[in-house]
Amino acid sequence: MAPDVAAGGRGRPSAGIAPALVTTLSLLGLLAAWWIAAVIADSRVLPTPPAVFDAFWRDAVTGELFYHLAMTLMRVAAAFAIAMIIGSAIGVGLGMDARADRFFDPWLILFLNIPALVVIVLAYIWFGLNEAAAVGAIAINKIPNVVVTMREGARSLDRGLSEMASVYRFGRWWTLRDVVVPQLQPYFAAASRSGIALIWKIALVVELLGRSNGVGFQIHLYFQLFDVAAILAYTLAFVAVMLLIEFLLVQPLEAHATRWRARPA
Amino acid sequence: MPPAGAPGPLDVAIRDKVFTTIDGVRLAAIDAVAFTATPGSFTTLIGPSGCGKTTTLRIILGLDRDYTGHVRLPAADGRIAAVFQEPRLLPWRTVEQNVRLALPEALAGADLDALFETLGLAAMRGRYPGELSLGLARRAALARAFAIEPALLLLDEPFVSLDEATANRLRALLMEVWSARPTTALMVTHNLREAVELSDRIIFLTERPARVRGIHDIDTPRSERDADWRDAAVRAIDARFPGVL
Repeated sequence: MAPDVAAGGRGRPSAGIAPALVTTLSLLGLLAAWWIAAVIADSRVLPTPPAVFDAFWRDAVTGELFYHLAMTLMRVAAAFAIAMIIGSAIGVGLGMDARADRFFDPWLILFLNIPALVVIVLAYIWFGLNEAAAVGAIAINKIPNVVVTMREGARSLDRGLSEMASVYRFGRWWTLRDVVVPQLQPYFAAASRSGIALIWKIALVVELLGRSNGVGFQIHLYFQLFDVAAILAYTLAFVAVMLLIEFLLVQPLEAHATRWRARPA
Repeated sequence: MPPAGAPGPLDVAIRDKVFTTIDGVRLAAIDAVAFTATPGSFTTLIGPSGCGKTTTLRIILGLDRDYTGHVRLPAADGRIAAVFQEPRLLPWRTVEQNVRLALPEALAGADLDALFETLGLAAMRGRYPGELSLGLARRAALARAFAIEPALLLLDEPFVSLDEATANRLRALLMEVWSARPTTALMVTHNLREAVELSDRIIFLTERPARVRGIHDIDTPRSERDADWRDAAVRAIDARFPGVL
């Protein structure tokens, strides 16, 4: 038999040092530009990086910053889970049923175009200023996007593979797990990617309008105090959290799910 | 090893199969196609491109239920295996996983070493289909088909778009695994030489809408079908059914 058996396994070769270096240089450049601009402007409304770090440290040592980060993160996670589950179910359903799709398509376009602010305000009016209304409002803003992406995925399911599964009597569960879900995975990944970024931005507005904690609430507070350094400190802290999630959770999961793909023969 | 329960013949009779195209035009695909295949025999359908051969296979496979007539399978609830034109392997599963996923419960955990060895896939079991050449992917599809020990095996141009040497090797492998266990096989092809080499019975179909043009039985044992015999057989068939070559 072929002697190249041992070649199985192992991912692609490491990306090398150069891309990491470029990323670091790029971020340092941005920091430098900000610093220079802040020094030249010499104004309260554009603080220097050390001033922002001071503001960060002030709220970090009291634990206040981490409490508000955690509250926002909790809302983002809950809304994300709800939006992905409901949005995927609706999207796959519409993708597989052309008649339902034709009927509900106008609804989808309507929901896609309702401004986030309107959904939030109505949710608070109808369901009160509570956590369920807040998380629900965030999720509803995201669901139509998930539906559109997942519907595209369901429409492009490979008929040949479904027929193969039916001939070989895979049954419902195996067909779903081994034939349908892997085909939807890239669409799911795309929906989650754009989802996390969108959801946390909406979460801040929700907190600003009707919650008494979270990053959005703190930013509102510091806005009234005109404390730009603290606003930037909270923003950057949360962006850092989201980047950690991206690099430590989303990317490894995705690499695992698509490990069959990028291995040139 | 004889299969449990005596298998009957494959009995197919399809009439008036019509497709409606996207613009609403009705297109007659099959006029009348009826034939039988004795248990454990190898039957081949030959006809011009687009004459309804694949449609016939799809109806037998149960993928298209919109037709008039009947299909009686060799064993009422026996397993059917199909080797499609494209290998139709799951790209996110290894070769071995692809084969094992198709196994019925009764054969779960079966020892597949001999099958993989025969088909020359022993070294490829852990590979993903994207890493295989078309020839190897076709072998994996054959492995999947034979692993389930089917009562009926359907092959839809399984050797098309392979170079002649690879196709020859695969035909020999097909014969090797097929003769190891009595299985009624039905193959669609437009390659008469291939049909003459492999079949017990060849069924010729007309242009669309398909009708049976004639049936040619071959009694010569496969071991005696050398190159000269094949040339003679092809010429004889060409004389009987002008234009099939």
